[in-house]
Amino acid sequence: MTIAQVFREEHGRAVAVLVRAFGDIDLAEECVQEAFATAVARWPVDGVPPAPAGWIITTARNKALDRLRRESVRDDRQAEALRLAESHSGRDPVPEEGPVLDDRLRLIFTCCHPALAPSARVALTLRLLGGLTTAEIARAFLVPEATMAQRLVRAKGKIKAARIPYRVPHDADLPERLRGVLAVVYLVFNEGYTASGGDSLVRDDLCHEAIRLGRLLVELMPDEPEAVGLLALMLLAAARREARTDGDGRLVPLPSQDRARWDAGLVAEGRDLVRACLRRGRPGPYQIQAAIQAVHTDEPTDWAQVVALYDQLLALAPTPVAALNRAVAVAEVEGPAAALALVEPLPLERLHVYHAVRADLLRRLGRFTEAADAYAAAVACTSNAAEVAFLEARRADVTAVGRRASSRP
Amino acid sequence: MTRYLLSVYQPSTGERPPPERLARIDADLAEIHADLQAKGSWVFAGGLAGPSTATVVRAEDHEVLLTDGPFLEGKEHLGGLAIVEAEDLDEALGWARRFAEATTLPIEVQPFL
Repeated sequence: MTIAQVFREEHGRAVAVLVRAFGDIDLAEECVQEAFATAVARWPVDGVPPAPAGWIITTARNKALDRLRRESVRDDRQAEALRLAESHSGRDPVPEEGPVLDDRLRLIFTCCHPALAPSARVALTLRLLGGLTTAEIARAFLVPEATMAQRLVRAKGKIKAARIPYRVPHDADLPERLRGVLAVVYLVFNEGYTASGGDSLVRDDLCHEAIRLGRLLVELMPDEPEAVGLLALMLLAAARREARTDGDGRLVPLPSQDRARWDAGLVAEGRDLVRACLRRGRPGPYQIQAAIQAVHTDEPTDWAQVVALYDQLLALAPTPVAALNRAVAVAEVEGPAAALALVEPLPLERLHVYHAVRADLLRRLGRFTEAADAYAAAVACTSNAAEVAFLEARRADVTAVGRRASSRP
Repeated sequence: MTRYLLSVYQPSTGERPPPERLARIDADLAEIHADLQAKGSWVFAGGLAGPSTATVVRAEDHEVLLTDGPFLEGKEHLGGLAIVEAEDLDEALGWARRFAEATTLPIEVQPFL
């Protein structure tokens, strides 16, 4: 195991354990950082220790204790943290598996607290649990590094001053708070998956990180079917990631994708998870979306089943985007005219997919001039190069077909 | 324990709610106040007279300058406040939620230093 792997796998755990021990996120973060720096210096010489995670946690904890002793009694809270930490440290230098898991779960709920701005929740989660650097997070979200650094400082300052708690919410609040956590993870995934721009390697990282967090949530809360549903949804989408673009980076729509390029392992895992969570009989939006993705992995796609699943989804979470996606499925069952009637009234003029769907339906109805206009409207709504290339190619096609059709005697 | 200021913001213009609605709000608030006291979270709570009753005091060069009216003129003003003692933000937000439901007004929650 390399230091980089240990870092990615264990950063969140180490920070979480230290936050619990010392009650201070900055201290935890800095000491874990220092512990990894020590590892970089020592492991190549001494060899990787038998329990790398435990080594990092113990080293970080000792650094924190040293620091608190040096600075101690300057401030009551630090003295208190020191007392608390010292009373713990003799007992369990490397904590047991159970409480460690709880620590990471606590940290997730703190990072995703609804009193923090959504952008801050995402940044904190990636920073503290994922161990991404501020520079990496800034690059992924296309903001200057200084802006991202400030966002993180402000969020950590609020956690401390307003006493955002470091614990799993009470049962009464748990469903709502869990939805918030899942939303953060899904946002990270989508930012990586449907890039609105930016560096493609960073984008891959976001997808991997979201899936890693998704797996962690399932591991920590195995009885929450929506957590399982989200993981399945991300796995099934990630399975098709390679096939979504051709050799020239152009977007390939689902029906034309080469199924051989799908990741069969991820498809199988995603489908198993969908079956497992739906069996519990507590459906939710993520589970249903995952089920829809699972139907898409059947050959051929059972479109009537897809429409039925969207009906279920709309009953639980009526959003215009879900209605748009339902209309796409309706087009396959009842034809493009029925679908177009459903699409037109949706309030989604600012979404490029809305115009792209309309364009495709108009094209299938032989209304080529309108279709070309709709493709142009779609292009105007996106800055993603792969999507622009795809939409421009489609627009050129319908324009050419339209010209041929109208020049016929 | 941390102390939190819960500020109630109300619109400065528009009609006052009818008397029966106000009586209902007063009754709900009295109930929240009683619960705060029973739980040992109570520090202070109360409603304020309107912004037109405010006076601003400034000390400048050993002189005191008084101006009639509120410091900030706005579409909303501070209508009342509560100071609560809470274990953490979640507990403070729980009280704020009850005030928001009773008054149907936004409540700002801010920790004291």
